Amino acid sequence: MNIIITIAVTALVVLYTGLFKAKKALLPITLLGLLVALGFTICSWDQPTVYFGMMQIDNFALAFASISIIGTLFIFLLTQRYFAENSQNIAEYFTLILFALCGIIIMVSYKNLSMLFIGIEIMSVCLYILAGIRKQNFASNEASLKYFLMGAFSTGFLLFGIALIYGATGSFDIDVIQTNLVNNVTNVSPLFYPGIILMMVGLCFKVGAAPFHFWTPDVYEGAPSLITAFMSTVVKTAGFAAFLRLFAGAFEPLHDFWMPALMVIVIITLCLGNITALYQKNFKRMLAYSSISHAGYLLFSLIVLTAHSASNVLVYAAAYTFASIVAFAVLINVKQKTGSDDIESFNGLAKRNPLAALALTIAMLSLAGIPLTAGFIGKYVMFLNVMENYQIILVVIAILNALVGFYYYFRVIIAVYFKEGKEVELDTPVQYKVVLVISTIVILVLGIYPSLILNLI
Amino acid sequence: MGSIFENMQGVPLNHYIWFCAIIFTIGVIGVLVRRNAIIIFMSVELMLNAVNLLLAAFSVHHNDASGQVFVFFIMALAAAEVAVGLSIIVMVYRNTQSIDINVLNRLKW
Repeated sequence: MNIIITIAVTALVVLYTGLFKAKKALLPITLLGLLVALGFTICSWDQPTVYFGMMQIDNFALAFASISIIGTLFIFLLTQRYFAENSQNIAEYFTLILFALCGIIIMVSYKNLSMLFIGIEIMSVCLYILAGIRKQNFASNEASLKYFLMGAFSTGFLLFGIALIYGATGSFDIDVIQTNLVNNVTNVSPLFYPGIILMMVGLCFKVGAAPFHFWTPDVYEGAPSLITAFMSTVVKTAGFAAFLRLFAGAFEPLHDFWMPALMVIVIITLCLGNITALYQKNFKRMLAYSSISHAGYLLFSLIVLTAHSASNVLVYAAAYTFASIVAFAVLINVKQKTGSDDIESFNGLAKRNPLAALALTIAMLSLAGIPLTAGFIGKYVMFLNVMENYQIILVVIAILNALVGFYYYFRVIIAVYFKEGKEVELDTPVQYKVVLVISTIVILVLGIYPSLILNLI
Repeated sequence: MGSIFENMQGVPLNHYIWFCAIIFTIGVIGVLVRRNAIIIFMSVELMLNAVNLLLAAFSVHHNDASGQVFVFFIMALAAAEVAVGLSIIVMVYRNTQSIDINVLNRLKW
């Protein structure tokens, strides 16, 4: 609870700081607030508490909350020199990201379906604005409108699902719903089945799993790079935490019913995300498709529910978050210098910028899933999880897709090291270097000592 | 309040479910078929209102107030979304002089 309060108060303070034109103070205040929130997260570890029957702050929630907060911290660090000198709305930018983070914390710790809904909406409404924050830029406008229409549409599905489940059980509390299901597992109310499917559709829209992914590439490409980084890392992780809480918790007794539907979604997501990513010339759009394919891998944890499902998602999400942040940091840097975010603009980057090139390479290796990086551990635990139930076909498809993934991730590495380019020299600000170095170290440490995080929850 | 409850209970629950499902479907079809951003937006509101009605009906059926509280949350959210959504539509209109979503085709693979 104190985590949410801290973040919300920080957001308001930042807004007022902006009002008084104290631009220099914005970033320190934000970082301080986030660090305090992170401190609260660590302090409440191992003390599960339920607040008002609405929010359950347990280790699951705290682990995902800390990943989200750290991810947001890194994204704030990337704001150095991101804005134009005369930009007016930096404070609003910061405030909206912080409010979105509040929604995310609610999403990962809900115990009542109304909190799930409120959390998702607090986050989404902030993101609609953030995606379109460049008012004069047409791509940003388009991304914002598309995201808004699709987001509102998917909320409708989610809500209809919630209403049907309420009709079947008479409660919004996920524990009551689960008890209700366990008690009448042979005689479940017919309202339950459409309810589960509609909620699954709504949540798949939010996490960007195919066939409900069509908004993802457009929105990720059109939105400002920093916001895309936020959406594809922190928001995605939170979406999966919410998904997992509901489907591995409340709907677990009906696993046999919804698992086949989810399996089809996973297979479509993997194939579509990876194969379309092959054809992308734009680095940002390639990352968008790669994030769709990673959504497919993350959904593996729901195909076979074990005691480790939650920690598997945590490992995968951590690996994906840090690697993506590195990729986006380098992308923002390159775009500032060359004005383009095509893969070609990365040609010959390594000659003048060894640090950025090395970090980008490690991030790409992690996203592709090469051993000794966190991405490998993430993929390994996911595949192992599914193998326990002998879903051989699924594993074969996943491995084929991982091989396809190698191709487009290595294309970036080849462009950076072996292609002749303009030899641009990036002026990497200090904070970017900090983010690159810390993220790279985290990726490598998690890849070599996965037990640090594997047994956390 | 008592008489409202009795009147609502006079209609069988199944009728509410079918009615709301039909309104919801009209909303979904509206979103998928229409090309004007404002009409799409109205269709989304129709979907949300179908949910509101359904929640109120279930709430009376279960004799439990939490369903009606949820309706308030949805209404508050719908208001917030209208504010943000209409301003996004105005922003797009200023740049393109149109709110037809077919204009939104610059971002493509």
